[in-house]
Amino acid sequence: MSVIAVAAAGMIDEEAIAEAESSLGSVFGMKTRRLPPFPEPSYAYDAARNQYSSTLVLRDALGRKPQDVVKLLVVVDADVFIPMLSFVYGQAQLDGPVAVLSLTRLRQEFYGLPENRPLFLFRIRKETLHEIGHCFGLTHCRDPLCTMCLSTSIQQLDRKQAEFCDGCAILARDAVRAMGDSG
Amino acid sequence: MRKHWEILVVDDEPVMRESLAEWLMEDGYSVDTAASGKDAVARAREKDYAIYFLDLKMPPGIDGIETMLEIRKLHPEASVIIITAYATVDTAITAMKEGAQEYVVKPCSPEEISLLVGRIIKVKNLQRENFILRKKLTRHYRFQDIISKSAKMIEIFDLIREIASLRSTVLIQGGSGTGKELVARAIHYSGSRADKPFVAVSCGALAETLLESELFGHEKGSFTGAGERKPGKFELADGGTLFLDEIGDISPKLQVDLLRVLQERSFFRVGGSEEVTVDVRVIAATRVNLQEAVAAGHFRDDLFYRLNVINIEIPPLRERREDIPLLAHDFIERLSHELGKEVDEINEGALKLLFDYDWPGNVRELENAVERALVTAKGHVLTEDDFTFLRRAQQNGNGWVAPDNVALDEVQKQVIMATLRRTGGNVKEAASTLGIDRSTLYDRMRKYAIER
Repeated sequence: MSVIAVAAAGMIDEEAIAEAESSLGSVFGMKTRRLPPFPEPSYAYDAARNQYSSTLVLRDALGRKPQDVVKLLVVVDADVFIPMLSFVYGQAQLDGPVAVLSLTRLRQEFYGLPENRPLFLFRIRKETLHEIGHCFGLTHCRDPLCTMCLSTSIQQLDRKQAEFCDGCAILARDAVRAMGDSG
Repeated sequence: MRKHWEILVVDDEPVMRESLAEWLMEDGYSVDTAASGKDAVARAREKDYAIYFLDLKMPPGIDGIETMLEIRKLHPEASVIIITAYATVDTAITAMKEGAQEYVVKPCSPEEISLLVGRIIKVKNLQRENFILRKKLTRHYRFQDIISKSAKMIEIFDLIREIASLRSTVLIQGGSGTGKELVARAIHYSGSRADKPFVAVSCGALAETLLESELFGHEKGSFTGAGERKPGKFELADGGTLFLDEIGDISPKLQVDLLRVLQERSFFRVGGSEEVTVDVRVIAATRVNLQEAVAAGHFRDDLFYRLNVINIEIPPLRERREDIPLLAHDFIERLSHELGKEVDEINEGALKLLFDYDWPGNVRELENAVERALVTAKGHVLTEDDFTFLRRAQQNGNGWVAPDNVALDEVQKQVIMATLRRTGGNVKEAASTLGIDRSTLYDRMRKYAIER
């Protein structure tokens, strides 16, 4: 039976990675697994930008993905980027096997605000679903409340829900069924 | 439903190229990538993209701006976003001057790029919507196969509807290429004879004896070469409509024969003794003024009155210029399909040029001009550059005044050129206007290296 997995790249807050894992299981109805942690993504560090390349993290994850794992979310506690953009919350291969999620900009502290644990975990839930949604072939949704809506700022991210809109839910369910894992 | 827009990302750095492509794909776009300017131009040759992201610096080979120039040659209205790692006012100005729609310095915020792409796609969607609405509008202005929004033509459409089911003869007058046969067909297909034959004869194209046999048919052995009995166009059109084009060109003998058919509704085949009765509606057309021909004694007045029961005068295209954009778009849509070209637009500059031109050959000349432009067009939009031949024609034709001591050859050349322009390149008509036969005109055209 194919599995959807989550892995931490380096040392990650246990509660955060558990939140990501439970989000996947609850929505996609597939068997989930937590993989042993991957190495710290120092190979993806860009000194000029003081950030980490999400593309290099994705490439590394592809090489580490076990065969029975159909979708893999790698969680990093580092600010990630793609060359064109100043930052990304995460990156996924559309309809592909791997996605990466960064925790850095999901913390209130990043914006100079006091820590807010429930909000942090809620954001992890939204972005986990968003990135893995891309792996199941879902593109950005125009519904600002749908978790598949593009967020280019933390305000936009906070506005949306941690669930798919009706349309995206159907597409996600079809994609899971197409894999033979209706669960 | 949202159109699936395609984007091309061009960068020599694989990570940059792939990550931007993935990010855009997450947004629902279909994305191709190219690793060099050369590769990008090759891809642009295969298809037109909604947006081109081009990195400014791409060694070796052609850089972003050169690539953009090449792409814009193929797709003049392409939306190009130039990307660079460092901003200088000079490169920004160069990129925008050369036609880049936007200029972004990497890295930029996700919000900036999202808004930028969204804005361009919004314009593309509006252009597409505009295209669809225009098509609907063309349908709205279409009467049978005639497209027009001009008041004069709409009056003609109304008249056609009124008279379509009558049996009265119709005389259509209009310059060469104004669409006389289309009007005749519109009358036929709007009326009660629509399911019966519509038969067209060009009276100017045949010698007198051949035309007589063509119209009335002949009996076996009635003249050399008449092996079998052959029905004429009048018999073939029985129950329907006979369209006699260039009626002003028929001989006095045929004028009499025709008058008799119109009066009696019957005739004899050439070499025959049996009277043939038919029910045919006659629609005649002429590019010359028949009233003047009557006054000059070249055309029988009784036949003229018999033909001129209902008169339709089609205005020349220069008197209904508002139709030029409608017609141009219709020709582009139809002819690009026939010619296997992917042209679906015409820019404002080209439309202005078409608007300003005099169109001596009327709608047919416009159709020919669009076809000629389509044949040589490179992108999916026709531009003024595709119609330079019209500008030349206009310049050659305007205000020619014979200077003193001019050579006769030069006068002949100019007169032939002017006449061909007026007839829209129709050699037969030009020869007739000049009072020489076609072969003589062809000889002169060769001698003076004149193209149609």
